[in-house]
Amino acid sequence: MKLSPRNRLGAVALTGALALTLAACSSGGNAEEPAGTAGSGDEAPAELSGSLAGAGASSQEKAVAGWIAGFNEQYPDVSVSYDAVGSGGGREQFLAGAVQFAGSDAALKEEELTQAEERCVGGEAVELPLYISPIAVVYNLPDVDAENINMSAATIAKVFNREITTWNDPAIAAENPDVELPAIDIIPVNRSDESGTTENFTEYLAAASEGAWPHEPSGDWPISGGQSGQGTQGVIDTVTGAEGAIGYADASRAGDLGTVALKVGEEYVPFSAEAAAKVVDASPRAEGATENRLVVELDRTTTEAGAYPLVLISYHIACSVYEDQADADNVKAYLSYVASEAGQERAADPSVAGAAPISEDLRAEVQTAIDSITAG
Amino acid sequence: MALTTTPRRSGTSPDGEQVDAGAAVRAASTGRVGSRVFAGLSTGAGVLILLTLAAVAVFLVIRAWPALTASSEELGDISWFNGDSVAEYVGPLIFGTLLASVLALLIAVPVSVGIALFISHYAPRRLAQSLGYLIDLLAAIPSVVYGLWGALWLLGVVDPFFEWLSGALGFIPLFADYQAPAKNILSASIVLAVMILPIITAVSREVFLQTPRLHEEASLALGATRWEMVRQAVLPFGRSGVISASMLGLGRALGETMAVLMVISPGFLYSFHLLQPGQHQTIAANIASKFPEASGLSVSALIATGLALFVITFAVNFVARWIIARRAEFSGAN
Repeated sequence: MKLSPRNRLGAVALTGALALTLAACSSGGNAEEPAGTAGSGDEAPAELSGSLAGAGASSQEKAVAGWIAGFNEQYPDVSVSYDAVGSGGGREQFLAGAVQFAGSDAALKEEELTQAEERCVGGEAVELPLYISPIAVVYNLPDVDAENINMSAATIAKVFNREITTWNDPAIAAENPDVELPAIDIIPVNRSDESGTTENFTEYLAAASEGAWPHEPSGDWPISGGQSGQGTQGVIDTVTGAEGAIGYADASRAGDLGTVALKVGEEYVPFSAEAAAKVVDASPRAEGATENRLVVELDRTTTEAGAYPLVLISYHIACSVYEDQADADNVKAYLSYVASEAGQERAADPSVAGAAPISEDLRAEVQTAIDSITAG
Repeated sequence: MALTTTPRRSGTSPDGEQVDAGAAVRAASTGRVGSRVFAGLSTGAGVLILLTLAAVAVFLVIRAWPALTASSEELGDISWFNGDSVAEYVGPLIFGTLLASVLALLIAVPVSVGIALFISHYAPRRLAQSLGYLIDLLAAIPSVVYGLWGALWLLGVVDPFFEWLSGALGFIPLFADYQAPAKNILSASIVLAVMILPIITAVSREVFLQTPRLHEEASLALGATRWEMVRQAVLPFGRSGVISASMLGLGRALGETMAVLMVISPGFLYSFHLLQPGQHQTIAANIASKFPEASGLSVSALIATGLALFVITFAVNFVARWIIARRAEFSGAN
């Protein structure tokens, strides 16, 4: 461990600037004493070093890349890596102890929770909803001037289930009295690879379409024989490739394509960061959620004004107890940065990931959970 | 001169002979050792490639085994798995792989033979040379670039053509119900055809250039036109070469991943609707698409499809060898 004065200065400036981080750091300092790690001393626990490995969901890969860059501006001696092997693979690697944290679009399953106790040397898993990303229903209708086309979940379900096949169908026209809809075929486009975006989209359709969506929610598109694209960019390219195409994708990548405003209650809500964060706050916690496991049961049928229910949540999964002091300190510092205003702002930048920043209330809960991480 | 030379000879000859003999012994010994070392190295390299092949085969079988022996319920837990067994799952993929590759060959071989003949027998020498270099350069372009080219440029270009094809010949099921954008198997085959064109052209050109000058001159002397000469002398001589070139191309098309992945809207059907999206998928592209999110049994299932591709590629090469061996007996080469 090299203690360069520059780093110490940076750490002081940082702790002064970010009260939340300060809280994290000071409790990190306390936890150090019983473990008996000498060296960095009390006033500069920010002098972290070593490596921190993560693996998991590809949905938040770009956001994590942004967070790692931001984190390294404060802690240049910690090398953080994130391997986007997919949610399942990330959880697997985390439970096997190969990585210190995982990114996952789904919370840990029952049997994984028992494994987590073992992996976390008696502690439990910490699950934090730190990546909220609105999913946009995008369409390619260059001749339609309206900012958004309004659709209810039931209409979207019928469009993607190929029951509504033209844009000027009465069902769409009824929801858009002021828009002149062209008489061209609708070309539904889905993700061809298994994806959290598809899973959240089908979950939304299944929950909110009042029975118009006959398929089970699944990360794999249930209908065969249609247009599809590999990855988010593949969907965007395919939708861009043909007039009349409609697809769903990470909202930050919608670009010049039109986006659908979803019917929530009696009004239509276009996607926005605030609307996406709002639905997370309006949603109850999942069964079995604890102070450390902030698992959200997204309320897709919410009628909360201004909430946008088509969002993807990706969790950061870590341990409440680590064997190694350095791991605990690094994870705490990293997660604190991710949850911080600066970290969330960075991920919200459209050039990074275009995520929706978490609300202040959620941040407070997340920070409490992070503070409880110790080594033992 | 004689006087001076003789003593010199006699004086130097014993030394010289000794030196010569020593050098010869040394040369012979290094020659023997060198040849042994070289023989060992080349044998080792030969054995190494066999070992690598065996290792790949063993790896595929071992890693695919859990999926091959899994019950249909276990396989059903994989979200993207359709069918009751690995064989049922891989069937449409094999069909898609072969269909895309065969279509690509159908497009590429006539064009390649044409280019090769132009270079070997029609073009002025200087043009032929630079054209040859250009074709070889095409072979070096990485497939992902072809994929990008196909996905971002070609799809838009073939769209009106497919639209017309579907409108005019739509009564043939092969061309029915085109849906824009052109992310169908025919587009993928066109990209594959462009990719395998350079290999087939380069090998065919070399073979055509080997045509015995006497055969060609004899043909011309009998009053054949140049086209008749090509038909009588060059093509029969080059046939087995063209076939092996095509098989090289087929091998590349079978295993091609990125280009197909980026161009096609995948589906898992036994379908001959060339212009419809969501009908076909190839094994390699499917693995690339599914692997990033796979874990546990689903990895085994994907590796099992890889095993199928391995076997198919082997079979294709085997058949190609057999065809060439059979043809060689009565081709113009002898």
